[in-house]
Amino acid sequence: MTFINYASKEINCKIVYYGPGLCGKTTNLQYIYNKTAPESKGKMISLATEADRTLFFDFLPLDLGSIRGFTTRFHLYTVPGQVFYDASRKLILKGVDGVIFVADSQQERMEANIESIRNLEQNLKEHGFDLATVPYALQFNKRDIPNVIPVDEMYRTLNYKREPTFEAVATTGVGVFDTLKSVAKQILIELKKR
Amino acid sequence: MCAADFVLYEEEFKHLEEALRRLRQEANAKAVFLIDKNGQQIASAGEVEQFDTTSLASLTAGNVAATDGLAKLIGEREFSVLFHEGQQDHIHISIVAKRAILVVIFDDRSSLGLVRLRVKRANVDLEKIFEVMLQKGERGPQGAAAHASPFSEITDDDIDALFGE
Repeated sequence: MTFINYASKEINCKIVYYGPGLCGKTTNLQYIYNKTAPESKGKMISLATEADRTLFFDFLPLDLGSIRGFTTRFHLYTVPGQVFYDASRKLILKGVDGVIFVADSQQERMEANIESIRNLEQNLKEHGFDLATVPYALQFNKRDIPNVIPVDEMYRTLNYKREPTFEAVATTGVGVFDTLKSVAKQILIELKKR
Repeated sequence: MCAADFVLYEEEFKHLEEALRRLRQEANAKAVFLIDKNGQQIASAGEVEQFDTTSLASLTAGNVAATDGLAKLIGEREFSVLFHEGQQDHIHISIVAKRAILVVIFDDRSSLGLVRLRVKRANVDLEKIFEVMLQKGERGPQGAAAHASPFSEITDDDIDALFGE
């Protein structure tokens, strides 16, 4: 649900990074935070456990500049990936404008990827959204690890609606901004249609 | 399809700010914020410059969402008021018109009783303003004659420019 403020001339959108535990959602946000000019970003908040696992969410506010006189602001959130945090995950999806699914490219995490996309579909439905229509991009992360699953095989298994797909290494930033831009663009195009 | 957008026009924004200013004064509070349940700040009043308002909005919304989840777990519809007591500053959080969160930050120059009383009164005003906002939002920007939607005119070039392409 985009928040359009005519008084302060701002558009606020919410993008959620989704995916199984340890797939690199927080790493995506950390890279964006590190590479963004101080004037374009707010403080990054991580509600994490002592072992640095996301407990509730990470949050990063990002100003992308102005479009038709309106400051365009994206609020980036991650969800906790671990299966047993489903109740918290559901809460973060409230009012979402776009979703980035971060898939782990390692063979042994493929089942977790599949389960997490099913979980995303279900949790979106509970908020009245449909994954088939919501702005969405798929990121194949950890492409630098040996023995990863070939991209075309991952695509065949995880692709939901021929969404834009990106290969990434979130630790070094490969594909991180491309994925974000893709979903941000889809959100703005949606806004144009309404 | 996404849920309806939340649209705030100048006129209602002024009314909201006015209501918040009045509340801050009457409750003798440090600062008052109105936040969308999704974590976006709508309006504020008082000594707001000393707070990181974006983080405050996001964390408050997270807090309220988690508490809502707890309420449902035990069969309650919602916990409509949350109160956090600090050594010097305290936070009173309440739900307005089902979709917004009113945050009052106060210290020992005020009291919980006074804040609760004034918040109740302010709620009545705020709900009225929200009703108007929702009606306007449903009619869409075209319905609100003074505002033509600036977004129908967005071009692909505008979007590309945003990303420095």
